[in-house]
Amino acid sequence: MNWEAFWLTVRLAAIVSALLIAIGIPIAYWLTYSRWRWKFLVEAVVALPIVLPPTVLGFYVLVALGSHSPLGRWWESLTGHTLAFTFEGLVIGSLLYSLPFAVQPFAASFGAVDTNLLRASASLGHSPVRTFFRIVLPLSKAGLVTGFALSFAHTLGEFGVVLMVGGNIPGVTRTISIDIYDQVQTANYSSANQTAIVLLVISFVVLSIVYGLSRRPWAVGPWR
Amino acid sequence: MAVNPAPAPPSPQPISSELEVRIRKRFPNPEGSFNLNVHFRALAGFTILFGASGAGKTTLLDCIAGLTDPDDGRIAVGGEDLYDSEKKRNVAAWKRRIGYVQQDLALFPHLTAGENVAYGLRKLSAAERVTRSREILEAFRIAQLRDRRPSQISGGERQRVALARALVTEPLALLLDEPLAALDRPTKSSLVGDLRRWNQQHRVPILFVTHNGEEVFALGDEVIVLDGGRIVAQGRPHEVMRVPQLETIANLSGFENIFNATVLTLHENRGTMTCQLGGGKVELETPLVRAEVGSRLRVGIRAGDLLLATETPRGLSARNVLPGTILRLEQRDVIISAMVDCGGTEFEVHLTLAARDALQLGPGKSVWVVVKTHSCHLMGM
Repeated sequence: MNWEAFWLTVRLAAIVSALLIAIGIPIAYWLTYSRWRWKFLVEAVVALPIVLPPTVLGFYVLVALGSHSPLGRWWESLTGHTLAFTFEGLVIGSLLYSLPFAVQPFAASFGAVDTNLLRASASLGHSPVRTFFRIVLPLSKAGLVTGFALSFAHTLGEFGVVLMVGGNIPGVTRTISIDIYDQVQTANYSSANQTAIVLLVISFVVLSIVYGLSRRPWAVGPWR
Repeated sequence: MAVNPAPAPPSPQPISSELEVRIRKRFPNPEGSFNLNVHFRALAGFTILFGASGAGKTTLLDCIAGLTDPDDGRIAVGGEDLYDSEKKRNVAAWKRRIGYVQQDLALFPHLTAGENVAYGLRKLSAAERVTRSREILEAFRIAQLRDRRPSQISGGERQRVALARALVTEPLALLLDEPLAALDRPTKSSLVGDLRRWNQQHRVPILFVTHNGEEVFALGDEVIVLDGGRIVAQGRPHEVMRVPQLETIANLSGFENIFNATVLTLHENRGTMTCQLGGGKVELETPLVRAEVGSRLRVGIRAGDLLLATETPRGLSARNVLPGTILRLEQRDVIISAMVDCGGTEFEVHLTLAARDALQLGPGKSVWVVVKTHSCHLMGM
């Protein structure tokens, strides 16, 4: 069992799912309440990582982070090194990769709040934003927990994006799923098995929490 | 020496506002879309909006509250424009200060009754919020429910909480969408009493939606009858409702018995007249209306206003006692609906289950139908 890789992965998943709460809530808010006619295009873009091969996503992220892109150059001028093959680069790739796993449960639970409550809140003098914080968010707790848990579990097990964006640098970008792959490559099956079981158990516990809250995590998406 | 004028005495009542609505809106309903097109003023006090479902009542309230936009027109409270299509003015719902109790109440399920009531008081200090919400909770007799969630209290209590929540904000006008619909009679009348008391201190226009004719008389200073998105009658309840001018009102207020009638004689000294029903032989004594002998009218009688007797009744104040035969009995929930043939005219009479059993009523039985003069409502043809 490679504890270095394990804790690196947990740290990555925790940071990513915490950031996704901050990023995902405004996106989900917009997806829930916007009446823009082209909204479905944004919905499709947000859901894209679910169906896109991780290597494809990882490839584009790698290009976007590299020193030929504006983002990569800006980061380089700021810190002196590129984003590719760093932990920060891994965070950015994972944010995109797990975005739908946060946004979709958020949007589903926002949309499930009775609109009459929002109307009542307006006639009691609360602006839409205040209404969101005092009515919609508290009534969406289960959806927020679901989104956090799903993006945490999803980031924990990611492989393709990590390999493309981060490579395989011990202590920096080597996550458990890459560690398992390495162990299998060197025919070290018992060690691979130990690590795999840990990942399996964690994923099962997380999904049990999600379904224990009995919320359907998918309510917006291309297959609705 | 100059004499200072005496200071004006404090006005006995707070300044009252007035609601003015002149709007048009196309809105969809199950039978295709139709136009809401209304123009009225509502003064301080109760104004009843009366009409069948689909008449446009809730859409009208939504427009006034700012929850939906009219196509054009003007809405003003106390002289201040909330919406004016010409001036391109449209105040956001949350800035309008219009209290609105929706039909489903929309209490916030994650907040206690006390927190629900205090929700609209965000501009006040915490201490003042507590005081004000305690006052209104006591006025509406729900202080003991302060720490309970909406799911933990009864329907009537939820209704009180929803009302208190809207009233505590001291709105410039109040919109109530069938707030009494789900309540039993004693709860209803005590709630009406509390509302009336509140309205004596806060003279604001209250638009009260109902499709229940009884509530119109219990509450109304003024009635507006809506049908198909238009105002078809407006006035004091007894003018609009007691002598219905329009068939639509009679239908709405639930007259099970509607007959064509011809005026036979006028008894001006008694305030009544005698009418002959339909082509049959039945004569009814009805209230006097402005009509001439020989003119044709319609008479509406509610099935619940009729009495049945199995023997010739004596010593009754009711003027009309008609012999007849029961044709059939139908049970609807706990009401028995009896169809009675009186010399070629069929009456529908509503009875309790107990009355049916006590009088041993059944098809073919001879009975007398008792009709009070003032249960006969007259309409133009």
